[in-house]
Amino acid sequence: MRQELSRLLSVLVTSATLATAPALVLAANEQPIKVVATFSILADMVQEVGGDHVEVISLVGPDEDAHVFDPSPADAKALAQADVVVINGLGFEGWIDRLVKSSGFKGQLVVATDGVDPIEIGQTKTQDHGKPGHDQHGHDQHSHDKHAHDHNDHAHDKHAKHDHGDFDPHAWQDLANAKIYVANIRDALVQARPSARAQIDLRTAQYVAQIDALDQATRARMAEIPAQTRRVIVSHGAFEYFAKAYGVQFFSLQGWTTEREPSAADVAGLIREIRRDQVRALFVENMSDPRLMSRISEETGVRIGGELYSDALSLPGSPADTYLGLFAYNTDLIWSTLQQ
Amino acid sequence: MDALWMPFVEFAFMRRALVASLALGLISGPVGVLLVMRRMSLAGDAIAHAVLPGAAVGYFLAGMSLPVLGLGAFVSALLVALLASFVASNTSQKEDASLAAFHLIALAIGVTLISMRGSSVDLMHLLFGSILAVDASALILIAAATSVALILLAFIWRVLLASSFDPLFLMPFGQSGKWANQFFMLTVVLTFVACFQTLGTLMAVGLLMLPAIAARSWSRDIPKACVLASLFAMGSGLIGLLLSYHFSLPSGPAIVLTAGLFYLVSLLFGVNDGLLLRFIPTARHRES
Repeated sequence: MRQELSRLLSVLVTSATLATAPALVLAANEQPIKVVATFSILADMVQEVGGDHVEVISLVGPDEDAHVFDPSPADAKALAQADVVVINGLGFEGWIDRLVKSSGFKGQLVVATDGVDPIEIGQTKTQDHGKPGHDQHGHDQHSHDKHAHDHNDHAHDKHAKHDHGDFDPHAWQDLANAKIYVANIRDALVQARPSARAQIDLRTAQYVAQIDALDQATRARMAEIPAQTRRVIVSHGAFEYFAKAYGVQFFSLQGWTTEREPSAADVAGLIREIRRDQVRALFVENMSDPRLMSRISEETGVRIGGELYSDALSLPGSPADTYLGLFAYNTDLIWSTLQQ
Repeated sequence: MDALWMPFVEFAFMRRALVASLALGLISGPVGVLLVMRRMSLAGDAIAHAVLPGAAVGYFLAGMSLPVLGLGAFVSALLVALLASFVASNTSQKEDASLAAFHLIALAIGVTLISMRGSSVDLMHLLFGSILAVDASALILIAAATSVALILLAFIWRVLLASSFDPLFLMPFGQSGKWANQFFMLTVVLTFVACFQTLGTLMAVGLLMLPAIAARSWSRDIPKACVLASLFAMGSGLIGLLLSYHFSLPSGPAIVLTAGLFYLVSLLFGVNDGLLLRFIPTARHRES
């Protein structure tokens, strides 16, 4: 039962690969579009959409933490040579502005979260500031270069103005947002290589179909668990979008970023919440410090259910080495732990 | 009053953090004071960074295993300390110069090792330490390192005390004098191995040096200053943890900031060299 979502996924992926095979042969004689994605999840999406038309480099690799990434000269070089750079936005990559400037990158900058309805940090639902800008931009494809620059400035403004009232950047934890990511990536790739439009559109349609199928399956899976037992602890607050979309309550220690060092008050507060709300499961993440979580587990008697993948894919060959694989893996793990 | 002890009653992690910081405070006092007396206040800093390459190698070999990390840290810090004192006693270089040279090399090796491996996050967390995540094995490690360091210190105490006042004192002792110095560096290294997993290499130096310098403002007598420094360090641990609990501050920096506060207060009001005494003639008069 436990591997069901993952299995469903592999069937979907196989059928998609078979369907696109002829298209790939046609495109073999062209130079691929050089794309740099800031982290592994975006890189996987670009690969899915672009297929053989793209050559993707991920700045932050599998199992690494993008919050505390330190770019190297090789990264700046990759950026300078890229045709398209895909970033998440919403302040996720605090280091990207400097890197883009210093590398002298002149291509197209794509903000994958462009058009996503962001969750504000601190759970206040007043989403007035910063949002009008987002709505204005819309999806006009013809002036994309100008857009990219606007967005760069926009992101910068946001960073300067809102020291604490930022947006939660982990938007990919909702499959509905993933479709927006994919649409943004598709637009950029088509603009970079108009001749490949047909194949890219075909791949996009297939990928979106897989996303939709997984979204349905995730909802069905979560619905099997009574709402009041859907309470889970994670080490940093990367699952707010998952929580909102699929009705699971997440408690976390580190807030939205792993950069902050937790205080005794944070740990004590979390332990109290766990005792009061009778949380069933505790998860660690693939890219953060497990020691504090095991202390909390010991102190509250809640067992550690396993490792969730939040901000980075796992290494190739393991179950969460693609975005959809990661999502299915997380859903399976949460579901099976809460079942017990 | 409840605010002072309820956190420790309610939460086991607070109790463990307190025990760890008391143990670290106990050893930090005498080691810190002796470092200050021997004009090696910055040597602590150097040795703290020398922990890095060893911890990195330990991490690559065995992952997040505390004993292996501790051992790696111990070996590399000791190597740096011994190399530095070997160079100092066999060339015209002073010990602080050779220590500076070797710790910078060690630091660079450490950073290189860490960035060569893709996923450096765990290790960085480890090097910045987390006193809130102290578990049973970390407590045992701290207790063992602290005890061994204290026993070593007791053996070489008299020689160290004498040579702290007069570096030439050890000359007639020849080889045994040199040994006393080496053993002292060993206690410094042990102190850091105990500290670095809980406070991290940067903050550990704060707990070692600040209470020691503060204590020197109150007493010229070394044993008294050692006891006072230990008390200051333990007090910093307790107050820092409570501040972290009540005001939601990160725990490591809160402890070191409290130690810094002890230092500033001592600097102003200390009976020995206090700034206030300097500006109030009557007080100085009474002193003399």
